[in-house]
Amino acid sequence: MDAIKLKGTEDTPAVTFDAGANIFELSGKSMPENVAAFYSPILAWIEEYGKKPNAETVVSFKLEYFNTASSKMIMDIMSKFEDICNNGANVKMKWHYLEVDEDMLEAGEGYSEIVDVPFEMISY
Amino acid sequence: MESQNSHLESVYALYQDMIKKGFTLIYEGEVNHQITKTFTSMADENMEKVSEDDSVRKKVYHVMVECLQNICKHAEDGDQSDTAFSGNGIFIVGRDDNAYHVISGNQVDYEQKEKIKTSLDFVNSLDKDKLKELYFKKLKEGSISEKGGAGLGFIDMVKKTGHKLEYHFDALTDGNYFFILKSTISRNK
Repeated sequence: MDAIKLKGTEDTPAVTFDAGANIFELSGKSMPENVAAFYSPILAWIEEYGKKPNAETVVSFKLEYFNTASSKMIMDIMSKFEDICNNGANVKMKWHYLEVDEDMLEAGEGYSEIVDVPFEMISY
Repeated sequence: MESQNSHLESVYALYQDMIKKGFTLIYEGEVNHQITKTFTSMADENMEKVSEDDSVRKKVYHVMVECLQNICKHAEDGDQSDTAFSGNGIFIVGRDDNAYHVISGNQVDYEQKEKIKTSLDFVNSLDKDKLKELYFKKLKEGSISEKGGAGLGFIDMVKKTGHKLEYHFDALTDGNYFFILKSTISRNK
């Protein structure tokens, strides 16, 4: 399947969802004008990927900033990967946060409590 | 002409006050996505210039985005023929020795006023743990509205700043209200 590769902008994150290269990454800033329009193709891609996932999927989040509307879409992305995990694939989340950014750490911890997949917190 | 003079005096007083406090940004007009991006990055650069603490900067940035997006998104609810409703508002970011203050003002109708008031009173009544619990509960169970919001803005603002949201509704002659919201972000932890 075709990869999604988007360069980050001042209000949208850099996105790489590439099954062939086994890279699943979201990084940068997220406060798009229309969150649903931005994230719908990504959610559709994950759903398609879930039909034939790789043996191991590591999803990496390295966000500097996201607004509350984006936080809901991040939740939806994680839920989709959780479904893939529940179907027997090996899925893991990596949550990167700036060491001084307690709010970003807290957000990651919150997600890890809701989503039932292995979660790793990584400070940078 | 007297009234005009006093108007000018008050602008001058405001200007003096701004200089004294060293940091104030004021915007009045249509609030859209472009303005949101421009205003927030301008404020962020200002804070960077004065070497503001990273964590404080992030919180101020966060509150600004949520406030401005609230105005953008909910302005559409009102009467479109009325220009006051079409995404217009005022937005102020100020700083004193102890805190940043983010103040927004925009016109709402009676129905919106009641909804906002209920939601603010509820959010203000919760302690830190309850806020966190509600935030993640809504994150899990909620969905994105037609307006593109997650209904998490107020919760997140109180959760991140640790300060309750102050608000005021000014009744306007046409039966609508001018909604003023103030959020405070402490500078000293």
